[in-house]
Amino acid sequence: MDSLKKDNPVDFSESLTNFFVTVAGLTSFSLRFFKDVFVPPYEFGEIKKHMDDLGIKTMPIVTVAGFIIGLVLAMQSQPVMQRFGAESYLPSMVSLSVVRELGPVLTALLFAGRVSSGIGAELGSMRVTEQIDAMEVSAVNPYKYLVVTRMLACIFILPLLTLYVDFLAIMGGFLAVKLSVGTTFQLYINAIFKSLEFSDLIPGILKTFVFGYIVGAVGSYKGYNTENGTVGVGRASTSAVVMSSLLILLVDMVLVKITVWIWAS
Amino acid sequence: MGKLMVEVNNVSKSFGDNVVLNDISFNVEEGENFVVFGRSGTGKSVLLKCMVGLLEPDSGEIKINGKSVLNIPLDQMNEIRKHIGFLFQGSALYDSMSVRENLEFPLIRNFDFSPEERLEKVKTVLENVGLEKAIDKKPSELSGGMKKRIGLARTIITEPMLILYDEPTTGLDPITTKEISQLIVELQKDLKSTSIVVTHDLICAKIVANRAIVLKDARIKFEGDIKELESSDDKFLKNFFSGEIVDANSGE
Repeated sequence: MDSLKKDNPVDFSESLTNFFVTVAGLTSFSLRFFKDVFVPPYEFGEIKKHMDDLGIKTMPIVTVAGFIIGLVLAMQSQPVMQRFGAESYLPSMVSLSVVRELGPVLTALLFAGRVSSGIGAELGSMRVTEQIDAMEVSAVNPYKYLVVTRMLACIFILPLLTLYVDFLAIMGGFLAVKLSVGTTFQLYINAIFKSLEFSDLIPGILKTFVFGYIVGAVGSYKGYNTENGTVGVGRASTSAVVMSSLLILLVDMVLVKITVWIWAS
Repeated sequence: MGKLMVEVNNVSKSFGDNVVLNDISFNVEEGENFVVFGRSGTGKSVLLKCMVGLLEPDSGEIKINGKSVLNIPLDQMNEIRKHIGFLFQGSALYDSMSVRENLEFPLIRNFDFSPEERLEKVKTVLENVGLEKAIDKKPSELSGGMKKRIGLARTIITEPMLILYDEPTTGLDPITTKEISQLIVELQKDLKSTSIVVTHDLICAKIVANRAIVLKDARIKFEGDIKELESSDDKFLKNFFSGEIVDANSGE
């Protein structure tokens, strides 16, 4: 047992302490957003720049992934639904799955992978090269300039990307349905609009505002608090992806319960 | 004795068990070029960072222009910071911005200049540091010496009353070191500001310093003018200035 302890330098109690320190740090860091977001100056130029940047960065991957998700979902579901004689419900099934759950969560996970790591690395390198200190010394609030702008950009761009992914996934679904069943586009769209209600779209989109907030907050938190030079920058970047992806899934679990409860009633 | 610009009284700072500054006290008068000497890792940069509120000392007091900079609200600290320039060791230019944007950054956020006035100021400081043509370049396109000059330009563009230099000549060749040091002196004369230069570079110190302190083992080992420092009989100071390793504990 002693030799095991010697070989394993990561103490359990130390890991637990680190976990709670991170949770406390992330909580206070992300809540500071609500305090600083309403204080002038409002860096609209920076927010727009980050939105352009994040949108362009993520567009190729979500385009491909969105189309394939819908296509694969319809291809996988078609034989099963055929077995139950419910093939005509395929467009409804694809659209409901995509709009309510798959679209928002998968877009958020892809966004986290692409953006959270980028923000972590960018702010991390600014921290280790003293650029954040330089901002502070010149009487500029670096949290407001660097973090609030990025978080707002994430909050606004993710819902737009999700709508885009929803559309592409439905188009991907159409291709699969067309190839397997031979449905026309008109019929496919009619079936979707018949089954899809506004209340299906709203919870999915509202969730993405929260996911955007998580991605921005975690990436910024990891980057802003980077230590140990370039090694720390790499660590901040990877841990930002892991933590934001995990948080997205955990928060989704809670939000699904809440949205089902609100919209079902 | 002139007006005191910086008062450092009994400042101590530790990181865990590592005592970096131990009961440090000194004053810097208005218009003075004051040099803080010491080997690497003796807490020189920590001292500067304590002065601008980037680090908080464990004990002691620091006053800038008669106002304490410790335990004050952020908006009050920022008011003081608006009158302080800080040149970082690695220049700390913002990578994502051009030289012009770097220089305009503090002007846009802290002062009410029109775009034309800002551009005029940018051109003037670039002229002062001899890099007018670099206005649209990105920091990644600049050499080490050029980065220092642009960093210097960003430091002086707000015409601060106090300028803090953290190792302004580290990593530069002797000629560029002389150029940067002379630039520091010229700018100080033009702006009539007070300067504190943290360095271990003798060339820079000789050009810049009116007065200096030497830090060793977290304490002030020497305080006086640069000539006294060079002619001192103290073993440590002799070794320090000759750059020879004679005895690790010399001077004690």
